[in-house]
Parts: sequence; C-alpha cells; structure tokens
Amino acid sequence: MSAVRSTVVMFRRQLRSTLRTRMYVAVGLAQPVLYLALFGPLLGAFADQLGANPYTLLVPGLLVQQAVIGSLFVGFGLLRDLQAGVLDAQRVTPARRWALLSGRTLYNVLDAAVQGLILVAVGFAFGMSADVIGGVVGFLMVLLLTAAFCAAGYGLALTLKNQQTFGVLVNAVSLPVLLLSGVLIPMSVAPGWLQTISSILPTTHIVTGVRAAFAGDIASSAVFVGLLWTVGIAVVAFSYGGRAFTRANQ
Amino acid sequence: MVAVDDVSFEVAAGEIVGLLGPNGAGKTTTMQMLTTLTRPTSGRAQVAGYDLATQARQVRGAIGYVSQRGSASDDATVGEELVDYGMLHGLSPTDALARARTLAERYQLDDLWDRVAGTLSGGQRRRLDIAMSLVHNPRLVFLDEPTVGLDPASRAGLWAHVRELRDTSGLTVLLSTHYLDEADALCDRLLVISGGRLIADGPPAQIKRMMGPDTLIVTAASEAELPGLLTVLKQATDAPPEVSGLEVRVRFAGGTGALAAVLAKIDAASLATESVELRPPSLDEAFLALTSKEAA
Repeated sequence: MSAVRSTVVMFRRQLRSTLRTRMYVAVGLAQPVLYLALFGPLLGAFADQLGANPYTLLVPGLLVQQAVIGSLFVGFGLLRDLQAGVLDAQRVTPARRWALLSGRTLYNVLDAAVQGLILVAVGFAFGMSADVIGGVVGFLMVLLLTAAFCAAGYGLALTLKNQQTFGVLVNAVSLPVLLLSGVLIPMSVAPGWLQTISSILPTTHIVTGVRAAFAGDIASSAVFVGLLWTVGIAVVAFSYGGRAFTRANQ
Repeated sequence: MVAVDDVSFEVAAGEIVGLLGPNGAGKTTTMQMLTTLTRPTSGRAQVAGYDLATQARQVRGAIGYVSQRGSASDDATVGEELVDYGMLHGLSPTDALARARTLAERYQLDDLWDRVAGTLSGGQRRRLDIAMSLVHNPRLVFLDEPTVGLDPASRAGLWAHVRELRDTSGLTVLLSTHYLDEADALCDRLLVISGGRLIADGPPAQIKRMMGPDTLIVTAASEAELPGLLTVLKQATDAPPEVSGLEVRVRFAGGTGALAAVLAKIDAASLATESVELRPPSLDEAFLALTSKEAA
C-alpha cells in the first residue's frame, strides 16, 4: 500500500502547487494555442510542398516537442525542492524513492495530457485532419515519451545538482531536437545532408511515427519504429531517473 | 577529500546531544550519513537499533530530520504539509489528519493551518519543520542547525520546544550547531567536531573547561579608577590584566560565583565602573584551545 499512497501524495502535491500558480496554468494552456495561431499560417505558405494540411503535420510535431523539451525542464522544479531542503525531507521518510519519482512523473503526464488535448482540439478547429484510433495511438506514444523525458529530466537534475549547468545542458539537447527532428517543419523538405543528420536522431523517428499514427497508418513501419524508439528511451530514462532518486545525495 | 574522518560515538536513549563545530567541520555530513541521505565510504553505524547500510528504510521510519534549509514547501499550507508527511510515513489519511491537528496545536500552528509555508515567519516555519519531523512519533530526531537565521525571540522559543521534546516524549535528539551558547543551553552532552574529526566528547561543563577560562571585562568610569581596578583584579586572578583605554580584560576561571566576590571587592574599594561582563570563550578561541590540546 505505502508505495501507492506515497505516489498519490506526491502526485497531489504537484497538482496542488500548479493549481495555486494561476499564471502558470494560464500560460500553459495558452502556449499551444499561440503556436498554432502564430506558426500555423507560416507553415501554410508551404502547404503545396508539404502535401498535407499544415496543422495535420504541426500538431503531432508540437506534441513531441512538448514531450521532449517541456518534460526535460521539470528538473528545474526538482532542483528548487533540492535547494530548499524539501527533497531531503521527503527522502528521509520511509516512502519508496521510486514512488517519490513516479508521483511527480504521473502529475507531469496529466499536465502534458491536458495541454496535448487542448492542442489537438485547437488543431481540429484550425482544420487538422486525423484518424481517431491512430490519433489515440499517437497520443499515447507522446504520453509515454513525456513520462520518459520527465524521468530523464529529474535524473539529470539530481546528477548535476546545479540549475545553471542543468539549464545549459537541457538547452544543448533541446536545440538539435527542435531544429533537426522535423518537429515544426517535416525534414522531407530539407536538403539531403540535413536529412542524413536528422535520421540519426531517435526523436526524428518518433515524430515521423506519431505523424503516421495521426494520419491513420497504424500498421506502417514508421509507427512501429517510432514506438520502438519511444519504448527504448522510456526503459533507459526510467532506469536512470529511478537510480538517481534511489542513490544517496553525494 | 575526506569530510568526516574516523568519527565514533554513541548516544543513549533520551539524551540531547549537540554536534558542535565551525562551518565546514563535518557536522552536516555526519547528519546526512546518519539520516541515510549520504552513503559513507567506509565504517558502520547503527541508528535507532538499525544498521545504516542494510536497513536504511527502517532507519528512516524511526527517525525525524530537520535540515538547516528547512523541510516545508513554499506553496503548501501548514495543514497539507503535516498531513502529506504523515502519509509519506505510512499513516492512513484519517490518522495523518488527526496527528497533524495534534502537532499543530502543540506547536501553535493551528491558527496557521491554512497559511502557505512561504508566508510564515522564520520562527513559525521552523516550528512547522519540527512538527513535520514528528508526525510519525520517531524515537530519534536530527536537527541540523535548527536556529540558523532566527531572531533571538524565535531562537529562545525553539530552544523551549527542543527541551519539551525530550521532557514530554522522551525523544533522543542529536542537534548540530555552531553556537556555543545554544549547545550549552540545550544539550546534555557535546561532541565537538573539527576538520571532520571528533576532538572532544563530554557534558557542556567539561567541554567548556577544556576550552579555557572566560574573560572578565571591566570598564572603568574614568581613568582615575584604573589603578584601583587593576589592584583588585590582580588579587582576584592569577592572569595578568590587559588594559585598553578604560577597559580592563583578564582571564577569569572562577565562574559566576567568584565574580560576585570580585564585584564585592570593587564595591568595597569604592571604584566606579561603567560595566562588568563575564564573556565565555568565543567559538574560534575554543576551537583553537581544543585543537591545540589535540595536537599536543
């Protein structure tokens, strides 16, 4: 029981903290809408080249971007707790340390799900077309990816223990993901050499997989490869984050 | 780099033991090792009867801990923090709430139940930290520099709470501090740590004797009084007095009892003084005294 109870307590603490920060809630909900409203029309200029409705491409890309970059940044909150002594106080309770991690991560997944659903809903309003079952599969992939990158973000924060270093490293990871994975603009329109570099990144395959799922090609190899990468990253990230939480301070 | 080197001690149930040392002495590292937050590279320890290396969860279930940075989250209310920590310690929601209410009343937090911790004063917040560390009725509580940053009134209030912990609950308390007066006022026994090593272990009175005598500082009302004051002080102590302006300083081992006799002599000689102060050795002086004894 106690591990489940600890997970629930940690989940509830995170949720409460967010709900108290009304500004965060407002910005968090407005951000996806702004992306679609301001970036979508820009992408619309290339609609012929892309061969699809820009919002059908943009929404899955933004979901992956949020799952990778937004999730890594959760480490900042953990570092604040570490510096304020809150994390030590929690780690001196008999609560399973992985439960302290899973409670936080579950909350982050809920947060991502709410923002993602708003993004999808607004995407539909802007003219996105998507297969229902494929969309659900793609959305679940994104949530698994969110959980994985949150665990990685927490693990990295506990390893580095320094907000500045953590920020630099997360930005260093985020920039190539943003520019080279085709999150905002599909890499099919990029020059050959850029496509070659892009194909090395796992996130490229995940973005392609989520887009294929939203398009209804659930049985395609793109979805399978994307899912494989997502599960692989999740296994590594959970194990790394869990170990970082379990390990002693120094 | 070695933070704590070959430190060995035992604490009996119901004792308040002070870990005394300057910044960087190894107090916090010792606390963190004993509370399972830092893994020792070598050695062994038993905390509340459990082996630190192999029974860390049982240790955590038997102890309470207040770190010098605090425990409460800025954006949680007093009530939420107490209930949450009760549940993290395995209490059911109902039991956690009942226990939280009891502790809130004991630590005068009941009127602050719905206030978020970020809006509490330093003293209120410290009381919350201590209450949070007690939600599961621990047998042993670790307080890491509990009065750092508190004003004198809050500090005195916290001392009363620490004494009450032992007197009413029979708790064992290990507290670290770099204030000599705090250690003296609160602790049954002091462990003096310097450079990661334990350099003295004993009751406060014994440790203070090892640290050298107090300094008696008498400020004369005028220069005319100085010769008479020097004569009285030379008769009262073995050490030579030092004069600086109207101030006379002399090493004084007699304590407050002998001080009364000195004051009577000053009075009998009709010498006018501005002030008389008996100052204990500063922590710097004390550590110099102890470490030089250790080196010898």
